[in-house]
Amino acid sequence: MSAWKKHQIFEKNSLILIVGIVIMISIGGLVEIVPLFYLKSTIEKTEGMRPYTPLELVGRNIYVREGCYACHSQQIRPMRDELERYGNYSLAAESMYDRPFQWGSKRTGPDLARVGGKYSDEWQRDHLINPRSVSPTSVMPGYPFLMDAKLSTIEIENHLKVNALYGVPYSEEQIANAKVDLLAQAEPDSDAAEGFEERYPDVLIRDFDGNAKDVTEMDALVAYLQMLGTLVDFSLYDEKANLR
Amino acid sequence: MAEHKKEIDQVTGVETTGHEWDGLKELNHPLPKWWLYMFYGTIVWSVIYWILMPSWPLVNGYTKGLLNYSQRAVATENFDVAAAERAETGKMLLEASLEEIRDTPALLEFAMAQGEVAFGDNCAPCHGTGATGFEGYPNLQDDSWIWGGDLDTLSTTISYGVRAEHDETRYAEMPAFGRDELLEKEEIIQVANYVGSVAGLPTQEGVDLEAGKVIYEENCAACHMENAKGDLETGSPNLTAPTYLYGKSVEDIIAQVNAPRHGVMPAWIDRLGETTVKSLAVYVHSLGGGQ
Repeated sequence: MSAWKKHQIFEKNSLILIVGIVIMISIGGLVEIVPLFYLKSTIEKTEGMRPYTPLELVGRNIYVREGCYACHSQQIRPMRDELERYGNYSLAAESMYDRPFQWGSKRTGPDLARVGGKYSDEWQRDHLINPRSVSPTSVMPGYPFLMDAKLSTIEIENHLKVNALYGVPYSEEQIANAKVDLLAQAEPDSDAAEGFEERYPDVLIRDFDGNAKDVTEMDALVAYLQMLGTLVDFSLYDEKANLR
Repeated sequence: MAEHKKEIDQVTGVETTGHEWDGLKELNHPLPKWWLYMFYGTIVWSVIYWILMPSWPLVNGYTKGLLNYSQRAVATENFDVAAAERAETGKMLLEASLEEIRDTPALLEFAMAQGEVAFGDNCAPCHGTGATGFEGYPNLQDDSWIWGGDLDTLSTTISYGVRAEHDETRYAEMPAFGRDELLEKEEIIQVANYVGSVAGLPTQEGVDLEAGKVIYEENCAACHMENAKGDLETGSPNLTAPTYLYGKSVEDIIAQVNAPRHGVMPAWIDRLGETTVKSLAVYVHSLGGGQ
């Protein structure tokens, strides 16, 4: 029986064909994906990456919930014009705690990978409430309701736990204090802010939404936007050693 | 297939595949030649590509390919080449004083071009594409400045920002006279009306302006000066200016005295570098409001 005849078994039984397809695609996928986990040259050495604070994590969830990724990418590609406009190209290490990552390829609005610190909190607020108030030709929708939506602390502890389960290095102390920390980052004058600062050093602690009374979704989203792309210290980043 | 007997379809005269479904037989039309050769061509090309470009993952690394191509290296090189093209004029720009830049046509042209591009990307979101600002974001076209509009002052403001996350940032904060209970509600209304009268605004009826003047001299004159023309040194706004940052009416003044809003301008020196900041200072200075 020739090899050609043996092939008929796949063509005549859809179940066997499906199993065959699954095996072949798996091989293709494994060859592409598995090396990324063990090849040293695909894992960059960077200084400064830290897990998200609870407030930033919630802000990130709001970013995902509102579908910001549909118009904004978070990936500066290695091309000259992108480097000129946005800064250093994005590193894989910079999204190491992103689940899921927000790279994207659709840019109706600008890339946000390094937007942190570029504008003031007040601008972020004004712009999110009504983009046309500061950018007259913008087509972005307004998100004024973020100012009124108070943050709920119910889920944050479990949220940190799940991230820790995936390997994000949250300490037990950070998980235990998640509820307190969530609010503390937006309340710089509170007692809780001190404990928060100990657990998360070198983090912005501000009243991000300009409303000292409540910690709102606006606080969370602006806190997240203001730290985007600011973690890796590129003065310590060895471009040559990490070239690929 | 070799085991099939050749069977010719009688109607079309074309060979069949020999497969039969419910009495129907399939004609065996070969693939178009042009398509087939292109398909073989892509297979050959993929082999060439593997040899030339980075492709196969191995145990300790990956095949780098004969060309040793790296997108990151190419981008960085292109960036460096462009930077080198700008470097010569950029260096002259760095060494020249801001006044020299303004007075040397070649430098001025360079600074204006660079400044315009940098302004569009970094400054326009707050100050507007025409630099006329929005409520809360200063107009850079007019003559009223908070920290000053000469070249050196502009350069400092752009470098370190206002109330920014930078050690050398400009800082000024007006007390919240109402929120922190430094003045009574009545006193705030009086002083706001007094400021309104100095600024030429219609004042509210039945308010004791003389009392407002006394309150002004005791609480406001230290920064905004006796004549209410402000002080660039401390970043105290001129209260007689034609426009106010947060609205020009007695009601707006009351709100501002009660619990002032304070804008923040980021520090740009670390993000943009000294050459670009200089260009921006020259560009902003040229917009019409420069002193």
